[in-house]
Amino acid sequence: MTSEYIYKKVGSIVFGLLSPRVIKKMASVKIVTPELYDKEGYPVDGGLMDIKLGVIDPGLRCKTCNCKLKECPGHFGYMDLARPVVHIKYVKQILNFLKYTCRECGKFLVLKENLKGKGLKGFKTLKDLGKCPHCQAKQFKVKFEKPSSYVENDIRLSPIEVRARIEKISDEDIKLFGYDPEYARPEWMILTLLPIPPVTVRPSITLESGERSEDDLTHKLGDIVRINQRLFENINAGAPEIIIEDLWDLLQYHVTTYFDNEITQVPPARHRSGQPLKTLSERIKSKEGRFRYNLAGKRVNYAARTVISPDPKIRFNEVGIPKSVAMELTIPERVTSWNVEWLKELINNGPKKYLGANYVITLDHKKKKIAEETKEQILIDLIPGCVVERHLMHGDICVFNRQPSLHRMSIMCHKIVILPGSSFRLNPGVCTPYNADFDGDEMNLHIPQTEEARAEADILMQVQSHIITPKNGYNVVGCTNDAITGNYLLTDGLSFTREEAVQILYSIGVTDFSTIKGKNIEGKDIFGALLPRNFDFIGNSRDGRIVKIEKGKLVEGFIDKATIGEDNGTLIRALYAKYGEEAGIDLLGKLFRLGIEVLLRNGFTTSISDTDLPENVVSRNKELTFQTEKKVEELIQQYKDGKLEAMPALTSEETLEKHILQNLNSLRNKIGEIVFEHIQGENSTILMAKSGATGNILNVVQMAASVGQQSLRGGRIRNGYRLRTLPIFEKGSLSPLSKGFVYGGYRTGLTPTEYFFHAMTGRDSLMDTALRTPKSGYLYRRLSNALQDLKVEYDLTVRDANGKIVQFKYGDDGIDVHKSEGGKINVSKIVKEVMAYG
Amino acid sequence: MEIPSGPDLYTKMVKKSAVKTEKKFDVRTHILVPKHIKMTPEEMEELMKQFNIDKKQLPKIKRTDPALEGMSVEKGDIIKIVRKSPTVGESFFYRVVVA
Repeated sequence: MTSEYIYKKVGSIVFGLLSPRVIKKMASVKIVTPELYDKEGYPVDGGLMDIKLGVIDPGLRCKTCNCKLKECPGHFGYMDLARPVVHIKYVKQILNFLKYTCRECGKFLVLKENLKGKGLKGFKTLKDLGKCPHCQAKQFKVKFEKPSSYVENDIRLSPIEVRARIEKISDEDIKLFGYDPEYARPEWMILTLLPIPPVTVRPSITLESGERSEDDLTHKLGDIVRINQRLFENINAGAPEIIIEDLWDLLQYHVTTYFDNEITQVPPARHRSGQPLKTLSERIKSKEGRFRYNLAGKRVNYAARTVISPDPKIRFNEVGIPKSVAMELTIPERVTSWNVEWLKELINNGPKKYLGANYVITLDHKKKKIAEETKEQILIDLIPGCVVERHLMHGDICVFNRQPSLHRMSIMCHKIVILPGSSFRLNPGVCTPYNADFDGDEMNLHIPQTEEARAEADILMQVQSHIITPKNGYNVVGCTNDAITGNYLLTDGLSFTREEAVQILYSIGVTDFSTIKGKNIEGKDIFGALLPRNFDFIGNSRDGRIVKIEKGKLVEGFIDKATIGEDNGTLIRALYAKYGEEAGIDLLGKLFRLGIEVLLRNGFTTSISDTDLPENVVSRNKELTFQTEKKVEELIQQYKDGKLEAMPALTSEETLEKHILQNLNSLRNKIGEIVFEHIQGENSTILMAKSGATGNILNVVQMAASVGQQSLRGGRIRNGYRLRTLPIFEKGSLSPLSKGFVYGGYRTGLTPTEYFFHAMTGRDSLMDTALRTPKSGYLYRRLSNALQDLKVEYDLTVRDANGKIVQFKYGDDGIDVHKSEGGKINVSKIVKEVMAYG
Repeated sequence: MEIPSGPDLYTKMVKKSAVKTEKKFDVRTHILVPKHIKMTPEEMEELMKQFNIDKKQLPKIKRTDPALEGMSVEKGDIIKIVRKSPTVGESFFYRVVVA
């Protein structure tokens, strides 16, 4: 290998067509026979695997450049076509040339003086012209017949005729069509010679049985050569015109499918097994093509993928990995005089014992596998400067990812913890940024291999640096579910003995117990024990009441979702702002574990009796339902009498629907209020909804009282073909029951009709999500591709990769949303803080 | 009924519709259309200096853009657009006139 580099800058690129001359010039061999190998298995001269086309077998040398495998880039060949054929990718362009030039003299069908620089576009109706303005020859309409023939006056033009016609077009006229005649003469769109790609483009695979399996392209080219030969023979033998035409069409078919095997109206060429061949277009096109599969995305080493499962005991910025993964992935460790002994120990452990090493890279860059037999020699040869690829261990850095990576938070850096089992373990708190759950999700893990990569991941990509989202400056990671419930219970009246309190605090990692004094410790004090002593905070809980922390002590209010939850957890952000990322994530972790620990000790459960309603509530609900029903009946009567006044821009039917919906919705809300009022006493289900841990009051109402109106596409359930939703109702019925109002709650159960309507909306929403996901995914792909290299410059302008301005000030105000609160900067708060610190 | 032959009728119709559209609505008076102001050469100079750019790097606007109707602008002029912005109230945008 040479280490000489040639520095050159691409000045310009010209796209053009290959002319027969160029095809011949770049070819190193003429292909004449469809045979690939002779009896000895040696490539046939003039065959498709001719060694002048390059080498794919180790040991052989290329006859053109005398290079070995991997040195020879491969060389083109060419083939004479017995009759010209149309290049399928240029059929439309050829049609244009035929349509807009004279069939006799080949001139453009408009006089120069009439052109006035309008170009082709202004002359869509040229075909009606009738006569050539230059030679007065009569013109006929040329029609294109899919896939590749042209018809004039119901007579098919052969490619020879087509070629003869467009050959006549002058260079000047070609420029009118927008082509540069030097690089793209239109007659080159009709192939007389076919370039044969080098064998390196279509390597054959040797199967285990020793059999050779050729590439799809080679198969296709073989077909072309074979038909071509037959055509030649028939022409020379003077065969009847029909036979020649048939063979010619066949040649056209093979050349067409060689370029593109997915053209409509052309049956795709297939393998013997029936699966379609992958020819040139399919190699390049779409998701599995060269661009998106091989160039835009690449396979990598040092990566792992398994199922994820939760572990609330590990930290937010840690990830648990199984030993089997830790022993497969490695980190290169350079040998120095300080770590030789340690690394020798690892080598001695080898690849099969944990905390060993798999490979050693010697000073001359040779990679040696560590095995029982090679171990001793490697240990002797180990000198500073070598590199040992050792197993992963606690504290190593990795990059963790879950697809779809829509976010920068979808790829974050975690520290490794080795855990038993076979799944990746992550703290349930970081599910939100990854949008992960544990119903079988898998995630990817990558190990950065250089010091730079590790430093970059460590500094820029750690979880704690991404808790505040650039979307609105709120926190994506916070307490959820049990963590919130636990903290809520703790700060809302729970108390423990001092022993219990110390146990709880110790189990979450707090060791300073000096703030908790006395025999009985209040929950608020336990909560305060993990806060820094100099922490002051004033915020609101979900119900708007004040939460006050003074000198690290919770003096007023209780903790719920509004203070420690995801998305605008004010306390979390205050901690972050004051103590920074490192201490912030630590405190957040402690808060999270505290909540869980409290629930663990206190016990927490839900039961069906949580949805019990007192007798008076049930009767009040009944009364309310009855009233609403009556009201709806009245409305329907009004409508039937024609007395209902239509609202602006609505028909009377629509007005009625709107009124009924309003009434039914307000019924559910009223029932909700009553239910909430009466089972407000400490009840697990309500408590979870109130603290913001999971669920909301509506869910409770749906369970305890009534599920409410089922809505399908923004309205009540619509009638079928016979003026009703189900045959048990009267025709034209508008009653709530017949239109999908569910009186029953999930606890009491649904009637068959109610159940049916409920299933209708359930199916609809399922369909909706199933259809929406791929659609929005594609939309997002296009958006992100369009915006991917926009960048905010130092002068706060947004520019693209060419330096063109897209926005003169980022977001008009130049605010970094990541460092703001909901997109705004609270100046008075900053001033106050600065003043306080002097 | 006999149908009058092609081009004559057509030109008549075109002329008629042209008369009608003369009284058409002026888009520049619409609330959603921001103010478009032509910059003086000095202002243009200053703008280029401020962002350290040349005209090619600016966003473009067509000379035939409805918002420029009635203004005497030429290719190469820069139009200052004053927009209402939810973040700062009033924001400025600049576009260079192209053919």
